[in-house]
Amino acid sequence: MTQTDYQIHGVNGPVVTVTGGRGLAMMDMVHVGVEGLIGEVVGVEGDVTTVQVYEDTAGLAPGQRVASTGAPMSILLGPGLLNRIFDGIARPLAVMADQSGPFLGRGLNLPALDLERTWDVTVAVQEGDQVEPGTLYASCPETPAITHRCLVPPGLTGKVTRAVPSGAYRVSEPLVEIADRRGKLHTLKLSQTWPIRTPRPFEERLPISRPLITGQRIIDTLFPIAKGGAAAIPGPFGAGKTMTQHQLAKWSDADIIVYLGCGERGNEMTQALEEFSELLDPRTRQPLMNRTILIANTSNMPVAAREASVYTGMTMAEYYRDMGYHVALMADSTSRWAEALREISGRLEEMPAEEGFPAYLASRLAEFYERAGYVKTLEGREGSVTVVGAVSPQGGDFSEPVTQNTRRYVRTFWGLDRALAYARHFPSINWLTSYSEYAADLTPWYDAQVGPNFAVCRRRLSLLLQEESKLMEIVKLIGADILPEDQKLVIETARLIRVGFLQQNAYHDIDTYVPLSKQLRMMELILRLYDGAKVRIDRAIPLSQIKETGIFDALSKVKYEAPNDRPEVFADYEARIDAALAAVDAANREQPEDGER
Amino acid sequence: MRLEYIGLSELSGSLIVLEGVSGVSFDEMAEITLDSGERRYGRVILIDGDRVVLQVFEGTRGISLENASTHFVGKPVDIALSKEMLGRVFDGAGRPIDGLGELFPDERRNINGSAINPVSRQYPRSCIYTGVSAIDGPATLIRGQKLPIFSGSGMKHNELAAQIVRQAKVADQDGDFAIVFAAMGVKNDTAGFFRRSFAEAGALQRVVMFLNLASDPIIERILTPRCALTAAEYLAFTHGYHVLVIMTDMTSYCEALREFSSSKGEIPSRKGFPAYLYSDLASLYERAGMIRGRAGSVTQVPILTMPNDDITHPIPDLTGYITEGQIVLDRELEQKGLYPPVNILSSLSRLMKDGIGEGYTREDHPALSNQLFASYSKVQDARSLASVIGEDELSELDKQYLPFGRAFEERFVGQGLLENRTLDQTLDLGWKLLTLLPRSELDRVDAKTIEARYVEDAWKSVLQPGQA
Repeated sequence: MTQTDYQIHGVNGPVVTVTGGRGLAMMDMVHVGVEGLIGEVVGVEGDVTTVQVYEDTAGLAPGQRVASTGAPMSILLGPGLLNRIFDGIARPLAVMADQSGPFLGRGLNLPALDLERTWDVTVAVQEGDQVEPGTLYASCPETPAITHRCLVPPGLTGKVTRAVPSGAYRVSEPLVEIADRRGKLHTLKLSQTWPIRTPRPFEERLPISRPLITGQRIIDTLFPIAKGGAAAIPGPFGAGKTMTQHQLAKWSDADIIVYLGCGERGNEMTQALEEFSELLDPRTRQPLMNRTILIANTSNMPVAAREASVYTGMTMAEYYRDMGYHVALMADSTSRWAEALREISGRLEEMPAEEGFPAYLASRLAEFYERAGYVKTLEGREGSVTVVGAVSPQGGDFSEPVTQNTRRYVRTFWGLDRALAYARHFPSINWLTSYSEYAADLTPWYDAQVGPNFAVCRRRLSLLLQEESKLMEIVKLIGADILPEDQKLVIETARLIRVGFLQQNAYHDIDTYVPLSKQLRMMELILRLYDGAKVRIDRAIPLSQIKETGIFDALSKVKYEAPNDRPEVFADYEARIDAALAAVDAANREQPEDGER
Repeated sequence: MRLEYIGLSELSGSLIVLEGVSGVSFDEMAEITLDSGERRYGRVILIDGDRVVLQVFEGTRGISLENASTHFVGKPVDIALSKEMLGRVFDGAGRPIDGLGELFPDERRNINGSAINPVSRQYPRSCIYTGVSAIDGPATLIRGQKLPIFSGSGMKHNELAAQIVRQAKVADQDGDFAIVFAAMGVKNDTAGFFRRSFAEAGALQRVVMFLNLASDPIIERILTPRCALTAAEYLAFTHGYHVLVIMTDMTSYCEALREFSSSKGEIPSRKGFPAYLYSDLASLYERAGMIRGRAGSVTQVPILTMPNDDITHPIPDLTGYITEGQIVLDRELEQKGLYPPVNILSSLSRLMKDGIGEGYTREDHPALSNQLFASYSKVQDARSLASVIGEDELSELDKQYLPFGRAFEERFVGQGLLENRTLDQTLDLGWKLLTLLPRSELDRVDAKTIEARYVEDAWKSVLQPGQA
């Protein structure tokens, strides 16, 4: 190879032009300049190759050498990814801090995995075994709850010619040697590399059938997300996108969380790191970090690496999916990624489309969201990647290109609302603009696992909310006093739904995570009160009398008072509703005009 | 040997182009000497083979293709740093302009700084008391935070910033307080106002000032916040100061960036601002923070005037996406004569949730601020309803919200320019005003806290009975 001939010709921010040969391929990874900054080939025109550099380019000069690695941008995958925090191109930030201090240095070429650590490996094949893509050849406990399964990579079929005995090994030590059909030998280790822009293959896609349970009422009940699905959270600043993402990362019932901070605040990543290390996963009683991979490419880190970070995160998610795990990828925020595309596109002097974004914005978003899915893996297990992407629309205007294009490729849309956030209604998901196309797909699961009444309650709740919003139009014009009593009841019940059910306090011990069974019981309580009150109102008993019993206020506090693990307390609440309604009946019985009964 | 390139091949706006140059690196600084002996500074912003584009900080006025010679200094733009900076005044590019002579530098640092590794950050949790109720109560400032003031032309943002500087104190008094003040494109009057208020507060010896006034070269404005933040980081992380950085006016900074971008011929994005405005602003704002194992902190209070009071304009919009909250000033409150005219509902401090409450400020602080937000937002609903159907037609409950709204704005948000309220005063005042509402309306507070804090008719000690 003649790689030493390549040299820098020009520099424009993160974009570097390279001359000296025609051998560089698109998407090849290169090392640029004296410090060996990491870059990727994004264009070739005659003798001039264009490279985007993932680090600050100050100090690069024409004539400095550019070395090709001869391979596309790849990352090292293997045990030890969990419980770590990486930058956008999978360099471990903790190791970088050890080497270059609290401020990020440049040109550090660090492997994602700890090469010195030994793992307790069980080798699953022996000499003479036939293997094919997806065959398990070794496994090791990565964290107390997660077993790392090393599978024969795609494209490799053959016979095992050598296998080490089970024992303690480092990630780069050879474990198994395989001769393919042509007799060529391949060495398999605990680790493998994979190009980040190439989706990892699987056997087949399976239909969506299971929800990702998040413990957040408005999500699980009204706008559910499926395992293997894709959701978007658009919202203006301050509406709680990051907060919602953090809640999902903490409480959702995925096996593995990949949390991607793409072009966002440094302090938020620090907070996630601290919190996830302290909090315990409710299912495994392990620190949350033990099931989490953090990727931090904060807004002041190089813009090109921001563009790569979403692919890094997705590749890691797919890697664990292939082992048969349910992985949730939280990307905060995909708008920053799109803006990075725009910034680099501008430097490449490409023709802009809408609002300066490149014309390929939609296809890049589609490629990314389509990597989500519920699949049968090569090994034959079931695994999934669920993607939740935050979108930060300019000025909170959902008609901008990133939000609109994202909408086309996701099936759950949680629209955050500035007005709700100003009123400190959290999560500020607007129940009128949000939707979930998965609700119908998941109904069989809810029917079987939670009870057939769940879907009924969900529909009734959303109908009441819809009706309220229509009535509020009238109330805005003429005030609430004029409305007939049954419509007042709708407004009062909807208020109870909003305050007592949709609002959820992430800082409250009980309220931060609510199991589905309790969500159902809460809905049933609200509807029991509504139905009971409706009967009274039809008998011309005014709503104010029912309100005076304080039962509406009492129900709005259920979320704080009823423990998550004691469903029996709901019988008490039912009794209180009945008692309140009975008291209203009794008061009216004494009046002569009550002719019924 | 000192290598000089004589003459230029192109001039455009604040940019000059040289050809036949070798050995120059990206972002390197250059000295341009005119025939008159005048010296200007620039930096390399684009290299294409032997063609180099330089941005001249002082502008290109008076430069011709033949009267200038350029020398590349071999390193990026840096400034001299020393503890002696405290009490000194510099221009926008970090050169002393107070007539006290050059600084003896302890070290020189690249003004671009580098990103703090998220692993090395310390999550900010200690509060800075500003003595301003509208901030301390519902939008508490945390040490290491970046909390901008969104204002409009002619509103009292400078007064508010000066009051914060005068009154700010940290909860636990460890380490010294220092102020770095960066003025970008502000009027002479404004710079004078700040200098006077620092002097009145007896703080001049703790202040480092970087002044790029409205009449100063625009390109230098792009350096000003970087110089200021480099000085702040130096004081904080090398000398352990708690540094409060006031940057005003970020709008002028962004406009300078736009001017520079268009002269470079870049493809504009929204409202003509360059596509990298977000990344560029982030490279400034993200320099706030605390570092594990280092004593000091950098807290930023940038001030920006929203063009046409529009919070969705790209400058406030992108700022809000980067900063940890915002203090929004409101034209309507300003016109009512209220000071500080803080719009509580749109103001927010993202870091306060982890820095207030039991063990940090006072145990009832989170509940109170939540309740104030929720109740005040109902005031807005009642007002908009009243504007349609008239106050008399409101329900009894809605009617009670109107006096609460008025009292909250006048008594809680409003305060004197020199009034320094303790946190206890602020919180107690909030509880008293809440008693204008019936107990059952406090739906964000648990029963125990209501029991402890809600004293029937407590508002009478704050307001005259006739006012409610």
